[in-house]
Amino acid sequence: MNKTDALIIGAGPTGLFCAHQLGLIGLNCEIVDNLDKIGGQCIELYPDKPIYDIPAIPECTGEELTNNLIKQIKPFNIKFHLNERVEEVKRVNNKWIIKTNKNKEFETPNIIIAGGVGSFEPRKFAPKECEKYENESLFYSIKNKSIFQDKTISIFGGSDSALDWAIELSNKSKVNLIHRRDEFTGAQLSVDKIKELEKLGKIKIFTKYQLNSVKGEQNIKSIEIKHDDESLEKLETDYVLGFFGLIMKLGPIVNWGLNLNKKTIQVNTENFETNQNGIFAIGDICTYPGKLKLILSGFHEGALAARGCFKYARPDEKLRFEFSTTSKAAQERLGVKK
Amino acid sequence: MPKITYIENSGNSQIIEVANGLSVMEGAVQNDIPGIDADCGGGMACATCHVYVKEKWLDRLPKKEDGEEDMLDMAYEPKRNSRLSCQIIVSDELDGLSVSIPSKQG
Repeated sequence: MNKTDALIIGAGPTGLFCAHQLGLIGLNCEIVDNLDKIGGQCIELYPDKPIYDIPAIPECTGEELTNNLIKQIKPFNIKFHLNERVEEVKRVNNKWIIKTNKNKEFETPNIIIAGGVGSFEPRKFAPKECEKYENESLFYSIKNKSIFQDKTISIFGGSDSALDWAIELSNKSKVNLIHRRDEFTGAQLSVDKIKELEKLGKIKIFTKYQLNSVKGEQNIKSIEIKHDDESLEKLETDYVLGFFGLIMKLGPIVNWGLNLNKKTIQVNTENFETNQNGIFAIGDICTYPGKLKLILSGFHEGALAARGCFKYARPDEKLRFEFSTTSKAAQERLGVKK
Repeated sequence: MPKITYIENSGNSQIIEVANGLSVMEGAVQNDIPGIDADCGGGMACATCHVYVKEKWLDRLPKKEDGEEDMLDMAYEPKRNSRLSCQIIVSDELDGLSVSIPSKQG
């Protein structure tokens, strides 16, 4: 059982800055995130896109912002639990007991949900029967590529992931690459390589096609793909791979007894606490009158939520407001005191 | 104000007056039209405000920016008349525009 003053769900900019604010007032925290890396939407959706509205930073990319936040919280040695999703939250006495999908347990008086729009999950194919084959002969990510050897693989998508896997698997498998239009979004080098492999007969490319249906018994035997002009084509195939990026799903959060408004959590604007004592929500996932989905709003919400955590983590102490420029305690925690 | 028709997947349709300068996505979200999620808030980063535009309107809409078509690759059941509603800004010229909402946003 991991014990901490606060558990932050979500390692995006809001969660990271909240960890900084907790650290400054002397509280420790740990951070859980379903992605395999730190940065949330900034790193998953727009690592290279410039952001122009972070106060005092005229321009920075999602990746730069994330790296700077990681640097800013370094003095606090915060423990991250990546690739893990919080499944269950239970009240036991005055504490929250939290369980992840990997059966890790936490005990804490405070939970701060900084979960963006929920956890990132792969986007899936439209035909209903696909679900039946998922993780058997239809995949949205690859864990063990050896199963594809000497088989026929149909890969859908036009992104780098789709192209990279098509190139890689064409070594030892027959590959069909299917995409909804003629242009690919993957790197030009990969597009050139794919076209070259097509000429060599190693990859078959089908553009302006999408998946129409899947046929098989225990495993997939064939698929039908549909052209823009409505014509159908049948392809014998052993495996189907779909690379359509990630989508955000609220997931288990809906079961935690919180007041929800569509896909967001209602909070007060004094300390961003929800209807449950000791559960706070900050960043894109929270809602209140006037809410703006800006990173800077998430920073403000995190600063106030951190102070809201104090009374539950240190019930016998009083929190005194201090500035980082002059507070000896804060500077000691930052490791900058001369 | 320009009138925009939102046709839900169930067939229900609603005609909403949307102010010039707002996006078709914002018109939907502010009026609680179901089926347009707009997770990223209009940043062309999520494809969850995907709509199908009535054919006759396709050429009358502002052209797609780089990036919109890339995001549509990720959308649920994209078609030739697919657009991201966050990228369609309402103006007098679009009075009468009709968009259909897909069965899912992903």
